[in-house]
Amino acid sequence: MAKLNLVEAINLALAEEMGRDERIIVLGEDVGRLGGVFRVTDGLQSQFGVNRVIDTPLAEAGIVGTALGLALGGLKPVVEIQFMGFLPPALDQIICHISRYRNRTRGRHTVPLVVRMPYGAGIHAPEHHSESIESILAHIPGIKVVIPSNPYDAKGLLISALRDPDPVMFLEPKRIYRAIRQEVPEGEYTVPLGTANIIRSGKSVTAVAWGAMVREVMRAAELVEPEGIAVEVIDLRSISPLDDDTIVQSIKKTGCGVIVHEACRTCGMAAEIIARINEKAFLSLAAPLERVTGFDTIPPLLKLEEHFLPDVFRISRAIRKIAQF
Amino acid sequence: MNLEDFNPLSGKRVEILDEEGNLIGEELRPAVLTDEMVLELYDKMVMLRAADQQALTLQRAGRMGTYPPTLGQEAANIGSAAALETGDWLTPSFRETGAMILRGVPLKLIYLYWMGSEWGSHFPEGVNVLPICAPVSTQTLHGVGLAWAAKLKGERAVNLIYFGDGATSKGDFHEAMNFAGVFFTPNVFFCQNNQYSISVPRSQQTATPTLAQKAIGYGFPGLMVDGNDLLAVYAATQAAVSRAREGGGPILIEAQTYRLGPHTTADDPNRYRTPDEVKEREPFDPLRRVRIYLERKGLITDDIERERREGYEQMARGEAREAEAMISLNPDDLFDFHYSQMPPYLTWQKEYYHRILAAQREFDRG
Repeated sequence: MAKLNLVEAINLALAEEMGRDERIIVLGEDVGRLGGVFRVTDGLQSQFGVNRVIDTPLAEAGIVGTALGLALGGLKPVVEIQFMGFLPPALDQIICHISRYRNRTRGRHTVPLVVRMPYGAGIHAPEHHSESIESILAHIPGIKVVIPSNPYDAKGLLISALRDPDPVMFLEPKRIYRAIRQEVPEGEYTVPLGTANIIRSGKSVTAVAWGAMVREVMRAAELVEPEGIAVEVIDLRSISPLDDDTIVQSIKKTGCGVIVHEACRTCGMAAEIIARINEKAFLSLAAPLERVTGFDTIPPLLKLEEHFLPDVFRISRAIRKIAQF
Repeated sequence: MNLEDFNPLSGKRVEILDEEGNLIGEELRPAVLTDEMVLELYDKMVMLRAADQQALTLQRAGRMGTYPPTLGQEAANIGSAAALETGDWLTPSFRETGAMILRGVPLKLIYLYWMGSEWGSHFPEGVNVLPICAPVSTQTLHGVGLAWAAKLKGERAVNLIYFGDGATSKGDFHEAMNFAGVFFTPNVFFCQNNQYSISVPRSQQTATPTLAQKAIGYGFPGLMVDGNDLLAVYAATQAAVSRAREGGGPILIEAQTYRLGPHTTADDPNRYRTPDEVKEREPFDPLRRVRIYLERKGLITDDIERERREGYEQMARGEAREAEAMISLNPDDLFDFHYSQMPPYLTWQKEYYHRILAAQREFDRG
């Protein structure tokens, strides 16, 4: 079995599914000849032709808005937004139309498309290339928001997204695009949307994360282990639908929880997760819930990036704090 | 019709029937547009006016929410939609009641939508019309995507996209035009330039002398048509639709018309234009000239028209009653259509609301 990185795993998922389902088309800026700025769609145009892997004009609303029409017309568009920082022009189409079409038409028209985009900081990119605004997407009814943290899940989640009858936002943590290699099977397998994964078992503290932060949390968990703190790590994989059952069951076991995300703190997903734990497991809590997040600042340019991003030190401090409450 | 003769920079526009019912551009009239067909389309304009009037009555009686009247734009609505063929698609904005009816959307559903139920956008199977779109110009991209899908699948369907003069100021319109030009999609962009975007006049909307010339910037033709001239609107749209179907690519039509009523029932046009201005426009009423033309031909009389109009008024009342009977107050509708399969948190919220309703009923019983 080949060891692939995240980019290769996503590419493999696209190639295999495009081979299986001729309705799937890929479109976006630079996805064709160049293979995408991160090479995620590398080789797909030569394999499937210019009518299925389409270089579009530079226009986010245009790409996403026409993709809606393409989906209504019976195709399955997979859109690439080059960076999440460039998503806002397309949010109008996502909020006003893509998320609403099924409800608006009482099921007469559905919009089965996937919007892929690299997101997050940590690669020393220019301004508008490090954003992590996933909670804005999770706030919108009618769409799903999926975030893999490793190559195996990336392939399985993307295949599920491609087969989902509803619109899916597929967020790719670009910081770990090439940082992790993992055995990824060829051929068909799926990872279900909306199902969190317990990737490390422990009884002292529950730590919840997604995307690139999962790796930081795992490191922190290993750091505090010799101190007698056993951290249970949950990789959410989808932030909408949010698998709060898995989180709540874990909290009932550990009595302590820390939620980690690199997005800004205010109205971030941690706030939602803490609210759900309060609703469903308040009496199990042995300590106040903690969150370790990016600051309520604009993601900085490269020189200050490491100060913005939650790291092993900040996460391990939060874990110790609640474990010793 | 040779569309190249109507370069918008030349200032020419398609005109066939003047406001006194005289044929001034007979050579532009397609053979298919016989007097019998003109009569049929005029009949639809009468129907639209009756349907529109009924909507206003319902709104004033508190039986309908905000409604955008079509008054003055009947030729633009009916003449354009009539040029489509079976299998073609229509992408409306929100002032296309007539065009939508012509393409098979039952009037009762349009009423139902403005009465406040999403079931009003659940069109019958096989009706190739997208739902009404409230945000200005955003639907233009959907129409391009649909036409693009047809092209990629090797189908011959054309997509006719409606929007107003204000939409031509918005980004999505420009991205739609650009995509259509680049991918050479079978689209007819149909601008109902009714001279006002709510209160802002055309002169303050854009600095170009015409809206049609915007097409030139995207690499395809635009043309102007007298939007109050049923025959001209039909002829221009029919030529554009045929061209698109035969692989000629997109085209932009600017139908120059005038909204005689308010933008919607929520605004007061007296705040932004004088009654004199509207009075000056009344002779250009799109129904008037067709009526005179048909009268001279002996194809319509006062009695026939009165009978037809009364029939449509009765029909519109009936459709309104049917719409009201269709209004569902089932709170499950609030939750049931967001996803193909309801996620657990939404199932919980739906069940929670059922418990609240039960508790409220209990409370009300005392």
